[in-house]
Amino acid sequence: MSGFDQVLDASGLNCPLPILRAKKSLADLKSGQVLKVVATDPGSVKDFQAFAKQTGNTLVESNQESGKFVFLIKKA
Amino acid sequence: MAKKFAIIATKGSLDWAYPPFILSSTAAALGYEVQIFFTFYGINLLKKKLDLKVTSLGNPGMPMPMPMPVLLQALPGMQAMMTAMMKQKIKSKGVASIPELRDLCVEADVKFIACQMTVDLFDFKHRDLLDGIDYGGAATFLEFAGQSDIAMYM
Repeated sequence: MSGFDQVLDASGLNCPLPILRAKKSLADLKSGQVLKVVATDPGSVKDFQAFAKQTGNTLVESNQESGKFVFLIKKA
Repeated sequence: MAKKFAIIATKGSLDWAYPPFILSSTAAALGYEVQIFFTFYGINLLKKKLDLKVTSLGNPGMPMPMPMPVLLQALPGMQAMMTAMMKQKIKSKGVASIPELRDLCVEADVKFIACQMTVDLFDFKHRDLLDGIDYGGAATFLEFAGQSDIAMYM
């Protein structure tokens, strides 16, 4: 897993909270910085792809680690 | 220019409060400009003091913890009990509460418009509804909906 600048733990949260929290966290980052999101909502896998596509941020990685979903999002 | 999303929210129950607030908060996060036009029972979603309930009556699709004849579901206190059980379920599954989602919409500049005709029809008081919302009619909604990329009735 590559580096990141901030972590958002969205474990236990359901749609649409992981996306909304991620949006909020990204607002605090500078362009080019990376947010790591940890989620347990299986729907978040497709949702973060769609989020990246529509906001212009880059989904650098999307993985499953010990039952959790981990995303790296690079701010546009 | 930002994409636009117009919603008409017509229902005033706890379960049906979810679609407009989930979609509009998410759309706002994706960069959409969003307006919700609240009409008829949807006005209940704008009350400062939210008191939303669920009922299984007339809704055979609602999952029940145990099979229950419809006549039993109509007994006094059943609606309150089902509402309490639903709120418990919502919490245990990490689903946001309606007040939380509504706050997120307000924070994200989702515009709320209350149908003035409904306010008159059911004697809602402006002071009982959220501050800072607009009041208007069909023409107000259509002005925005006519330029929007998505328009939905809920």
